[in-house]
Amino acid sequence: MARPSLTGSRIRERRLVLGRRQADLARAVGISPSYLNLIEHNRRRIGGKLVRAIAQELKVDVTQLTEGAEAALVNTLREAAADHRAGSEDLPRLEEFVGRFPGIAQLLADTRRRALSLERTVEVLSDRMTHDPFLSASLHEILSTITAIRSTAGILVETDDLDPEWRDRFHRNIAEESRRLAESAEGLVSYLDAAASAEFAGQTPQEELDLWLSERGYHAPEMERALPPDPEDLVARADGLRSRAAREMAVGWLRRTRQDAEHMPLARMREAVAEHGVDPAALSARFGVDLPAVFRRLAALPEDALGGIVGLVACDGSGTLTFRKPVAGFALPRYSAACPLWPLYEALSRPMAPVRHVVEVAGRAPGLFVAYALCRPSQPAGFGGPQVLEALMLVVPLDLADTHPATAVPEALRTAPLAVGTSCRICPRHGCAARREPSIMAELG
Amino acid sequence: MIKRILLVEDEPNIIEAIRFILSRDGWHVATHSDGTTALEAIGRTEPDVLVLDVMLPGRSGFDILRDLRADPATSDLPVLMLTAKGQGRDREQAERYGVTRFMTKPFANSEVLAAVNAMHARPGQDAATEEGSGAAADGRDDGQAALRSPVGREG
Repeated sequence: MARPSLTGSRIRERRLVLGRRQADLARAVGISPSYLNLIEHNRRRIGGKLVRAIAQELKVDVTQLTEGAEAALVNTLREAAADHRAGSEDLPRLEEFVGRFPGIAQLLADTRRRALSLERTVEVLSDRMTHDPFLSASLHEILSTITAIRSTAGILVETDDLDPEWRDRFHRNIAEESRRLAESAEGLVSYLDAAASAEFAGQTPQEELDLWLSERGYHAPEMERALPPDPEDLVARADGLRSRAAREMAVGWLRRTRQDAEHMPLARMREAVAEHGVDPAALSARFGVDLPAVFRRLAALPEDALGGIVGLVACDGSGTLTFRKPVAGFALPRYSAACPLWPLYEALSRPMAPVRHVVEVAGRAPGLFVAYALCRPSQPAGFGGPQVLEALMLVVPLDLADTHPATAVPEALRTAPLAVGTSCRICPRHGCAARREPSIMAELG
Repeated sequence: MIKRILLVEDEPNIIEAIRFILSRDGWHVATHSDGTTALEAIGRTEPDVLVLDVMLPGRSGFDILRDLRADPATSDLPVLMLTAKGQGRDREQAERYGVTRFMTKPFANSEVLAAVNAMHARPGQDAATEEGSGAAADGRDDGQAALRSPVGREG
């Protein structure tokens, strides 16, 4: 029967099922997020016109929102019980149960939903902890500072006959490290604040894709076969790809990978790499394909074919990163824009001109890489349509390049590498000419 | 018997604290702050024990450790690795490269002292003095005599 007081809960439930953000739904129906929040917690009654608008946005019948969706509740519990051995035995009596104990049924459904949403949050957070270069740099900084403080404090407390000169010195060191700790902690807190307010709610489609690609090592053995499966089927079976956008991007990647594999079959590619090393120009000439295809192909090869791992980033005409395959020592920014000094952007500013640099990535242990970049314009909508730019940058660790005489980097090039970073916000290079915002890291050494 | 230790670490205040603790315990402490030249510093100072930070400017502690193990002169040198990232991955990598001990920051002073003294005592009974009793279980004594002889020492 109708329980109008719970309309808000149903709106919330339906919204969460669709994975829409509160702010997003509020904007769509022309109310403020805080008002929607009150509605969702059943603290505001909601009128006919607004319910209709919300129902339309949430793609459900108005009655399902207003009249107590016992059917929806039964469905939720059926799903929950299906995963549960004892629970599944009671499935035939589920509707009777919901009818007799709607409150407890709701409690069960809410608890399950909450558990699922928390699980997902934990997943996202732990993924972030492992892959976010700012968090890891920041935690390193904090732990180093704490180490100095703890060790110095230990000396002050445990040494009975401490020379006054030493004592003063250790006091000064503690004061200095405390200031540094405060700065780093502040930086970290403001970063977490920003992340929590905006993007911590869930993964973006791009993140889903990145995670999926990284789990499979950026390699698709299925697409190397003579008769590859349909990318759509492959993607439909992938658990990690939840959003439609991520699935579409994954299908696009698989199709391109297939196309590249047809032009540069794995067996012939192995031979070619053995002969030429990781030399995009030589490979491009040998297979008669353009450089971007070679970049992509190299980045999609299994590790044993290359003798190492190469990274690949792509951006569109706005500089937004559209593809990210990291390589150890060359961290890629997760949210913010990348370092403006990357050869990727030099290539973007000069379409069709190949760029190669030995780059040194800023960090506690700076790594050297050979970066090859190229920007290629295309006219997907014909000559009358807009020109679309895509730039790609292949990142080859210097020691991998050095394993083959053809790609070994001359001494003259490696002595003056191009100094780049990950992103200004976490870059320790002071006085960089291209800096766009101050670093929120406390000074590194 | 002089106990010589080389501390490769780039945080000045951590260096100062560890140097103080070890010196008071009777160690002769040399320090070095740059990853790229760490191997040369190790060759020059010929320490009995090396304390090696993972995150160094110029070159990572892992790379340095790998090179040390590849060189017969230092393949048995006791190495205590320090890292601020207490992650399993780091530890695994250090163990794969042949680290002797591994310690995560922040540590207590007493832990560092206990670790370096145990590492110093362990490899060869002949060279170790008071700490050596009953601790020479794994008998890795080849090459230690050369490393231990107090000649050509640098400060």
